[in-house]
Amino acid sequence: MRPILLQGHERSLTQIKFNKDGDLLFSCSKDHVINVWYTHNGERLGTYDGNNGTVWTVDVDSESRFMVSGAADNTLRLWNVATGKCLFTWEFPTAVKRVAFSEDDKQVVCITEQRMGHQCAIRVFNINRSGDGTKQSKEPAHMFNPIGSKATVCAFTAQPNIIVTGHESGKVALFNVKTGEEIDNNERAHSDVVTDLQLSPDKTYCITSSKDKSARIHDTKTLMVIKTFTTETPLNSAAIAPNRPYVLLGGGQEAMSVTTTSLRQGKFETRFWHKVFEEEVGRVKGHFGPINTIAVHPKGTCYASGGEDGFVRVHHFDDSYFRTELYGDLEIED
Amino acid sequence: MRKFSCGRPLYIEMPGTVDDIDYSDIEAKYRVEYDESFDNTVVVDGVPIIDKSKLEKLLAKICKEFSKRGVSIKPDDIYMPWDDAKGKNKGYLFIDFRNENEANAAITAMNNHPFDAKHTFKLNHFTDIERYADMNETYVEPETEEYTPREHLRAWLADPQGRDQYVIYRGEEVQIHWHGKPSQCELAYKPQWEPFLYVAWSPLGTYIATLHRRGVRLWGGPSWKHQQRFAHPLVKLIDFSPCENYLVTWSNEPIVVPEGAPQGPQYFSPDDEGNNIAIWDIKSGDLLRTFSTNAENENPSVKRQMQWPALKWSPDDKFVARATPGQMISVYELPSMGLHEKKSLKIEGVVDFEWCPLSDKDREEAEKAATIGAGAKGGKKIPENKLAYWTPEVANQPARVTLLSFPSRTILRQKNLFNVSECKLYWQNQGDFLCVKVDRHTKTKKSIFCNLEIFRVREKDYPVEVVELKDTVTDFAWEPKGERFAIVSSSDPNLGNPGPGITIKTDVSFYQLDHGKNDFKLLKTLSNRTSNAIRWSPRGRHVVLATVGSSSKSELEFWDLDFNNEDASRREGQVAKDDWGSSIQLLGTADHYGVTDVEWDPSGRYLATSASAWTHTLENGYAIWDFRGQELVKQIQDRFKQFLWRPRPRTLLSKEQQKQIRKNLKEYSRVFEDEDQRESETVNTELVAHRRRLVDEWNAWRARCKRERAEQKGQEGGPEKNSEEDKEEIEVWIDEVIEQIEEEVVE
Repeated sequence: MRPILLQGHERSLTQIKFNKDGDLLFSCSKDHVINVWYTHNGERLGTYDGNNGTVWTVDVDSESRFMVSGAADNTLRLWNVATGKCLFTWEFPTAVKRVAFSEDDKQVVCITEQRMGHQCAIRVFNINRSGDGTKQSKEPAHMFNPIGSKATVCAFTAQPNIIVTGHESGKVALFNVKTGEEIDNNERAHSDVVTDLQLSPDKTYCITSSKDKSARIHDTKTLMVIKTFTTETPLNSAAIAPNRPYVLLGGGQEAMSVTTTSLRQGKFETRFWHKVFEEEVGRVKGHFGPINTIAVHPKGTCYASGGEDGFVRVHHFDDSYFRTELYGDLEIED
Repeated sequence: MRKFSCGRPLYIEMPGTVDDIDYSDIEAKYRVEYDESFDNTVVVDGVPIIDKSKLEKLLAKICKEFSKRGVSIKPDDIYMPWDDAKGKNKGYLFIDFRNENEANAAITAMNNHPFDAKHTFKLNHFTDIERYADMNETYVEPETEEYTPREHLRAWLADPQGRDQYVIYRGEEVQIHWHGKPSQCELAYKPQWEPFLYVAWSPLGTYIATLHRRGVRLWGGPSWKHQQRFAHPLVKLIDFSPCENYLVTWSNEPIVVPEGAPQGPQYFSPDDEGNNIAIWDIKSGDLLRTFSTNAENENPSVKRQMQWPALKWSPDDKFVARATPGQMISVYELPSMGLHEKKSLKIEGVVDFEWCPLSDKDREEAEKAATIGAGAKGGKKIPENKLAYWTPEVANQPARVTLLSFPSRTILRQKNLFNVSECKLYWQNQGDFLCVKVDRHTKTKKSIFCNLEIFRVREKDYPVEVVELKDTVTDFAWEPKGERFAIVSSSDPNLGNPGPGITIKTDVSFYQLDHGKNDFKLLKTLSNRTSNAIRWSPRGRHVVLATVGSSSKSELEFWDLDFNNEDASRREGQVAKDDWGSSIQLLGTADHYGVTDVEWDPSGRYLATSASAWTHTLENGYAIWDFRGQELVKQIQDRFKQFLWRPRPRTLLSKEQQKQIRKNLKEYSRVFEDEDQRESETVNTELVAHRRRLVDEWNAWRARCKRERAEQKGQEGGPEKNSEEDKEEIEVWIDEVIEQIEEEVVE
């Protein structure tokens, strides 16, 4: 099907996210705005205004009732998805780089930047879901500073109170948020900044992408590297396609060095790799800048990519995508 | 008092006297280690025997002698044993130095020093004398070293599948691979070498060389063992002689021989200081000679780019020559490295020269003559080496290209040239033809055009043919073992002022020798290309045109020059008039972005292209193509630097054997095709099995994960959300405008 081009941002995309049902797509960008779109036709449902800086990250709960966002104006905000109202604002000394809901929607984890003498901090807030959501506790339920390299990405794992983090040094680690203790780590997961971390539907494994030009699948319990996908360009995002044995990787030459390269295609494409055989199976082009973020529909029927060029492209998969057996008749567990 | 829970008393008891304190630990820590060995003591023999009256004078004299040689000692340091019975000294003395190093320096400086006409000093370490005095006098037969046969350095040629090898250098990592059918492309060796600059194969593929900080190392044999090393610190460039007997190394840093550096035939001696080119014997590792590249009387402010190779080898390794621009060519004989006939070839104004390569036939004959023996003059005389050089126009004298025979130094042919701005000499690899590419300028010196002066070296009187061209020729290449050549010419106005994003338009032309007329005729011109590099297959016939070093174009074109005619008809050299040039056929085109190097494998079946990180950092990596331009391998690797095919030595098969093989080609091909068939089947089954295994592993792991997850959920006992049940019904109203009719209602 023809891709749907979402032209609602004036600057580069930072993160995009589907809700649990997959009917809505949230996108945030450096132009301070968060947009929400209908997935099936690309119509814009609305915007969430109020942030005063680059919005780095968004996440939406499983009921599509609340949405959280983190921005460079040093705030973490809780929004009402339906009305677009900002329900609560937490302020920090530095920018918020990553937010994520827990599986039960009762907690939110956020990473704040290491800057101006402030250490990188990971905070967990309890979300009061009763009432209209405006009554929230100002204080975090748990807070700690990861020692060593700063954290760049994180997500809740299937086990309660345990988060998985990706770090600037390329480390991937497991933390107990209650104690702030590092349970396990893999120092050599990547050799450069971990740029994205997305969990599988059942949260038993996760995929990380990195500037070291590779993406890896890790077991979230043991942090063992299960699969490695090595490309020739720095990666900004990696996503897992449910129901099909593929992973989607996106990236491209650094934005600052793009002008020095000739206008050459091939760097700014979404790459489809076979999850098990670690082989590239296809590419989708379209963006004319690096791809910053990729998200796949929870049911695996479409995917979206957001680029440095300020566009979001939503691709609904054709029938052939579901029917083709690239490597013959093999049953691969999701 | 309960406050002090540690139970220590509140005051510290002062010790009665200082003596009670135990300082042993501190003493042990700061104890001075006395040097009790006698390493710093030197025994001096050959001291004149005197009596007491002259003692002081003698000591003063000895001290003076020592200090003259830079070893300062005082009479107090000297101990002279005295024979009280005779009232004289014993003819030797001991000197104490501050340390062992000074003692060593004194020994090197003063040993065998003639003190006077009758007395010569012999200096030894005191410890040595003791050691040698206690030596066991009985003769112990030294154990004969077990003979271990050396590994065969050309073992790779005996590969049962007849594969070639290549080396890749990426980041800090080197790998040597086999290249064959898909299933046979395996890693041959992954060495763990110290950091080095780059790798290089020797011209016959016997050794692989690495350039380290401290010098060059050669590796080879089936186990890739270390074979030889050449201690040339900070070496930057190396060059092998054509028969792999000698090695030339160059460093931009002049040679410095520090004090105490090891000495021997394999090391630089103080005489070599200041030079920067060294010639080595590969088998023994000995240094033969060093040179300096900086001419003494040259103006240092006008730095010209150094030519490399700075020394040019004759094809039989017997001579090596270097040109002193404008003055002479100096030819050195090997292995003595002495100047041939003790004088250089004085040639006013000489710019450049090239040795004529030996043809396969020449080599065969030379080998035959060598086996018969030098004494028995078997029929034919071994032809002499030839070299060609050129001199530019000076005053009223025209520019001149000269063909010279060596060592007889007779001039075989000379050709005068006019309006010359630059010449380049290209020998065909069998030495059949010499092409002098002459860049000529018009009278006004505003535009440049090109003449190709082609010498037919195998014919009597060396006839010269001229091909005149209107454009500038940027690249020239002879077909190996052939009678054809290809040129890249350009009339692009941007030629000569390179800039970013400028790709120069070029024409590529092929020429062939017309046997009827005995001149070179144009076969075909491919106009309006961007190709700037010609790469002939080492077996001839196939040629690849590449666009190298451009940021926007990176095309590869694979051409076959004998597409229609059978191999045999070309050998006869008779091409019918009407199909002149018609057998040139494009086999395929390909693209390798950012390609910097293009190289054929020694068999002429495969082509390797690489994009090296030394030139740029975009999509570094390498690709291997077959001669039709089909991609076989492509590896994009970060920090990829070097790809080199391992060269092969000349074939060992005789002409007759080769002919036999060509005759039975059909038989061979049947066997090979069967092999290929089997091969592809096994590859497929292996691949399927491999994938099967991967899938099984993955599924097993997923099953385990799911089980664990289910167990965990069960423990938590939490109510599992059933997403299926609370499905929402959503009604979607879709308005569709089928038709819109505007009606104007007129009242």
